[in-house]
Amino acid sequence: MERRDFLKATGVGLGAVLLPSWGRVVAAEVLTTKIDVALKKRLADTALAAAKEGGASYCDVRIGRYLRQFIVTREDKVQNVVNTESTGVGVRVIANGTWGFAASNDLSADAVARAARQAVAIAKANSRLTVEPVQLAATAGVGEVSWSTPIERNAMEVPVKEKVELLLAANAAAMQAGASFVNSTLFQVNEQKYFASSDGSYIDQDVHRIWAPVNVTAIDKASGKFRARAGLSSPMGMGYEYMMPKKEHKIAMPGGTVGYTQSYDIVEDAAIAARQAQEKLKAPSVKPGKYDLVLDPHHLWLTIHESVGHPLELDRVLGYEANYAGTSFATLDKWKAKDFRYGSDQVTLFADKVQPHSLGAVGYDDEGIKTRRWDLVKDGILVNYQAIRDQVHILGEKESHGCCYADSWSSVQFQRMANVSLAPGKKKLTPADMVKDVENGIYIIGSGSFSIDQQRYNAQFGGQLFYEIKDGKVTRMIEDVAYQIRTPEFWNACSAICDESDYRIGGSFFDGKGEPSQVSAVSHGSSTTRFDGINVINTARSLG
Amino acid sequence: MSIYSEQEAKAILDKVIALSKADECTATLGGSVDGNIRYARNAVSTSGIVSDTQLGVQVAFGKRVGIATTNEFDDAALAKVVARAEELAKLAPENPEFMPAIGKQDYTPTRTFIDKTAAITPEYRARVAADSIEPCRKDKLVAAGFLADSHGFQAIANSNGNFAYQKSTNLDFTCTVRTEDGSGSGWVARNVADVERFDAKNEIKIAIDKAKRSRDAKALEPGKYTVIMEPAATAGLISFMMFGFDARQADEGRSFLSKKGGGNKIGEQIYDPRVTIYADPAETGVEVLPWDGEGIARARLPIITKGKVENLRYSRYWAKKQEKQATAMPGNLIMVGGDKSTMDLVKSTRKGILVTRTWYIRMVDPQTVLLTGLTRDGTFYVENGEVKYPIKNFRFNESPIIMLNNIEEIGKPVRVGDDESPFVMMIPPMKLRDFTFTSLSDAV
Repeated sequence: MERRDFLKATGVGLGAVLLPSWGRVVAAEVLTTKIDVALKKRLADTALAAAKEGGASYCDVRIGRYLRQFIVTREDKVQNVVNTESTGVGVRVIANGTWGFAASNDLSADAVARAARQAVAIAKANSRLTVEPVQLAATAGVGEVSWSTPIERNAMEVPVKEKVELLLAANAAAMQAGASFVNSTLFQVNEQKYFASSDGSYIDQDVHRIWAPVNVTAIDKASGKFRARAGLSSPMGMGYEYMMPKKEHKIAMPGGTVGYTQSYDIVEDAAIAARQAQEKLKAPSVKPGKYDLVLDPHHLWLTIHESVGHPLELDRVLGYEANYAGTSFATLDKWKAKDFRYGSDQVTLFADKVQPHSLGAVGYDDEGIKTRRWDLVKDGILVNYQAIRDQVHILGEKESHGCCYADSWSSVQFQRMANVSLAPGKKKLTPADMVKDVENGIYIIGSGSFSIDQQRYNAQFGGQLFYEIKDGKVTRMIEDVAYQIRTPEFWNACSAICDESDYRIGGSFFDGKGEPSQVSAVSHGSSTTRFDGINVINTARSLG
Repeated sequence: MSIYSEQEAKAILDKVIALSKADECTATLGGSVDGNIRYARNAVSTSGIVSDTQLGVQVAFGKRVGIATTNEFDDAALAKVVARAEELAKLAPENPEFMPAIGKQDYTPTRTFIDKTAAITPEYRARVAADSIEPCRKDKLVAAGFLADSHGFQAIANSNGNFAYQKSTNLDFTCTVRTEDGSGSGWVARNVADVERFDAKNEIKIAIDKAKRSRDAKALEPGKYTVIMEPAATAGLISFMMFGFDARQADEGRSFLSKKGGGNKIGEQIYDPRVTIYADPAETGVEVLPWDGEGIARARLPIITKGKVENLRYSRYWAKKQEKQATAMPGNLIMVGGDKSTMDLVKSTRKGILVTRTWYIRMVDPQTVLLTGLTRDGTFYVENGEVKYPIKNFRFNESPIIMLNNIEEIGKPVRVGDDESPFVMMIPPMKLRDFTFTSLSDAV
């Protein structure tokens, strides 16, 4: 996850951020309009023709309109309401067996054709250095199709006043419950993406995402101690309906905590967070050692992201990210052996771009491939990676997995993480049942600090809430917990997974990769899961 | 065209200010040409050039603020962007923490623009890639690297008559060299304003040498060790710590610089007396623009002097509330050091660990600034003044506050850029005792 992008987005820690970094600022009404599909098709055909004439053997055109609104508040104040729009076209070609890319924010026919010709010229110039020509997996054109995130209420159409009132109500609930400070933010994203390719695809997509992070701080002035508890919302591929809580989407958890599935009660969670932040000030410090961990889905998503999602990206495995994000321990020889135990036999981890309400869900990826689900780890064995059109031949496959993405019309699409999730357990098992069997454990809720090495072996994770489990019972809140893992040992220590009634997704708006860096939004689902004998450290220090 | 001259920029900004009917108007105009080349597996993977210019207009009616931006600069587009900002301001909720536009500032120009860096060509970038890849190929090593260069300008103006214009350049190079069998990895990074100070052929030797010498690393037990940290290895930790130097956070009680019972730790000795860190836009070798994002003039700002907290950063709102002087957001950080090189520090070490680079640094506990992260791309055991053998990477859990109290020796500062930091830094190599490694990593 990219710390810098989050800081940029919220202005936290960087002082005054005069301008957002996501495009031009627009009035709210602009966020509810669209570019005519017929115009997009005409422009795309212009680019496809220009590329062909220039000598390209393949061409794709992405006409993108990226809209964002974010509302930033603290206590009883609105700090910022910003709407941004970024519109333009990116043209990617293969000429002389080499990729070329050019982009323009000018949506005139001349400019689009010029971008196509530039892309061909760049491909031809770079082809002098090409060692292996691009091998693109064949795909049939899908004709003129469209896909939209199945939302009930477009967040961009909800009046700012209504959204501000909700955030301020959550802040007020936290303050009334004893918080010293509270920050809340609402991010809304709409990607209007048109894709056309020389394969004969014309795909119009309307993608929506929403996220409402809250952070509540409690301070004990006498001791100088402070503790924060972040909200338990997840960024979702949903509309404003996610912010309209429903009873059936709530899950009771230890310490009066409430977990959320397909809708979020921000006011309720802010009040609980305020109470728990104060409780954290007094909670006893953990005794370091080996514990059985019961990891809630609001926590486990980040562990899945770092220890499964990233190491199973094929470009990392091959070394394309060696200078930045790193490589991977899950090397091709382990996959070829067909017996590499990534996890215990209960562990099936799957990738998908179709899961309802997920951040990664689209009808087609950014190279026009119809999206689907596939297994990465099946019954504990490493069986596949995440790969796109110019990579799948390395795996002996003929079809792309459909996980190509670009974060803007102006950036080149490349292999990005699909949603990667842990399949729920097949036998009926609730978190309460799971706890009954744990003698000496810790129940961890919410994501905290995270860090992992460049080959994704050694990781350390914190959390928001930690509850001691003794002899089958949750006893009390504890603090200063972080656990350290070696990825394959950790997943092989998985001893139980709750059933699908407990399944929830978490995710990140800001997964970073590539140079220049691009961000991508991705979800990770799981049910509550148990891992045995994990090393827990105490993170409390004294500054004297 | 993305780079405007001072006269051209002023003409655009003057028009914008004149067009606005709001109570006040602030406009910023910035443009840049950013070039890059990326390579991996000993071959170029992508290269590109992006040029962009953007005008930002912020207006206010009372305490209601509106911001709009555009990348078109004809008269109609300027009128439109001002009208859009004004329309947004009228719709915006009142910001109780609103601060009026700054008055006329006194800026001292700094040397941020180097002609030769601005003249970098696609051929130059390709040569850097070739200079990295060719020696690696010959040596059966694999290079992956990234060169990004930039030249541009920034101009600001407001309805109080404030105006400034300055150009700047930057070059950032990183390269990771790995052995073909993946048993060794080395890294080099260089950040300069002046391309004349950069020679890829020389720099790549550092990464090649580390890749070869890091093969067949031995495992040491995790624990507390004396470490010799190269400048790039501590830059990320120090940069993280600086986020806590915000006066409001400290006064609100949610920073390591908050005082028990209220207030902040200005004036308190919290580091070793040898620690002095300041910001100065005119510092030779790390010059930055003489104003911050709000247009406040940057001056030399002592932050830590001889181990004492001397200044925190006061935003204009917080300064007014606390009756203090507002301070500009620093653009650079300079840590004072001595004359010794990293290898000089190794020579004076009986037993220790030499760390090239730290990676994936994240906050574990803001109360103590406990950070976790890992060593990467060249970690070595040192004995009796010599680098003895490569060791496996470690995870650390350490606070920069504790680290800067455990100083044995400080070397000569060098310019460092960090991909997760907003600062250009001068950081010395340091020898530190009792640095806390908590587990081993199998990653190479």
